[in-house]
Amino acid sequence: MISLRHLNKSFGSLQILHNVSLHVGKGEVVVVIGPSGSGKSTMLRCINQLETMDSGEIYLDGQPLAAAHKNAARKIGTEIGMVFQSFNLFPHLTVFQNIALGPRHVRKLNQQQVKDIVETLLAKVGLLDKKDRYPEQLSGGQQQRIAIARALAMQPKIMLFDEPTSALDPELVGEVLAVMKDLAKEGMTMIVVTHEMNFAREVADRIVVMADGRIIEEGQPNDIFTAPQNPRTREFLKAVIQE
Amino acid sequence: MDWSVIYEYRYLLWNGFIVTCKLSITAILLGTLAGIAVSMARTSRIAWLKIPLTAYVQLFRGSPLLIQLFMFYFGLSYIGVNIDIFKATALVFTLYAGAYISEIIKAGIESIPKGQFEAAKALGFSYVLLMFRIVLPQTLKVSLPPLIGFNLTLIKDSSIASIVGYAELLHQGKTIMNMSGKPFEVLLFISLIYFVICYPLSMFVAWMERRIYIR
Repeated sequence: MISLRHLNKSFGSLQILHNVSLHVGKGEVVVVIGPSGSGKSTMLRCINQLETMDSGEIYLDGQPLAAAHKNAARKIGTEIGMVFQSFNLFPHLTVFQNIALGPRHVRKLNQQQVKDIVETLLAKVGLLDKKDRYPEQLSGGQQQRIAIARALAMQPKIMLFDEPTSALDPELVGEVLAVMKDLAKEGMTMIVVTHEMNFAREVADRIVVMADGRIIEEGQPNDIFTAPQNPRTREFLKAVIQE
Repeated sequence: MDWSVIYEYRYLLWNGFIVTCKLSITAILLGTLAGIAVSMARTSRIAWLKIPLTAYVQLFRGSPLLIQLFMFYFGLSYIGVNIDIFKATALVFTLYAGAYISEIIKAGIESIPKGQFEAAKALGFSYVLLMFRIVLPQTLKVSLPPLIGFNLTLIKDSSIASIVGYAELLHQGKTIMNMSGKPFEVLLFISLIYFVICYPLSMFVAWMERRIYIR
């Protein structure tokens, strides 16, 4: 489904990603964990080209994802969905408009098709009754569920989650994770950067551990959580699970 | 005080009022369009447009409007370009307004959180969709009070055009003063007209700012 090969990325003299390679198969849920500043978010942002990588290649379904490609932006927008830590809903648009804009103007669907898609997705995230509200009238958890619906409305092949629950009050985390679990069950290909270890253990097909811009370990959740090989992984897990 | 002079020259005053309105509205409308276009170009990634546009904005913001008016009106005829007074004046006011308005809108665009641009990009929005559906509508809300504030100043500054003989309100006023010898009544009445146009606008700005502050 998606392959990263030898990704390198620096901000100024600071190298954030060192030779990162990762392959995610169709329907696979990969959870990326690791201390902050380890390059997890940057890796996600390189995948959908919010950051340009210094070197390396990304392949989606065997096709190179080159920024120079004519329809690259549109292709990435429709095939790779992204959910941000800070939701990034459009505050001047209603929930319906937030979700509808992409299908209408990027996928060029007609109004009836757009209405069907938006309503189906809102029902799926359990917020159909909020469709005429504005983002500021919703809780953080509801906003993030809307943001997930907005990304899904493009019918992406893969969904990227960049710490989707980190900005939420603790009591709102569960509702967002529940939506993500459903999505995983339906067979969506997902790369999730998160600090929610229970979610990682329960939902991930594979855990990827990053530190200092490198992938230091990957494997089945059970192996990683019970028998981590790399000392940095042990250190990290000890710190988070004690929390 | 002899207010009959106002009644006597009412047609001249009315003419002046209309010309002032024409000049102001032209400068505000075209200046706003120019300002939006320039601010969009200056916040875009098109590098070769940025230097000349920044130079334009800085030049027009950094020199007196009166001198700009002289430069265009007398300067152009000096080098042999004959331009009629309405066009020259409207052009200068539009360029002047465009420079200021582009700075106001640019500041508004830069106040939009980066996450809005990223969300739009992640959804594959085109530049036009991003600007006209996401960025500019949010910018306008932030920029409207300073925009109206500037336009208010522009309406009053349109009286500067009287110096090059442009037949707007103040210029007609001067003609009436010369003919009637009653400068005080005429000036007071003209000020009142500017005040009647500008006061509701400044009230509207104050109301807008209160509303934004409360939200």
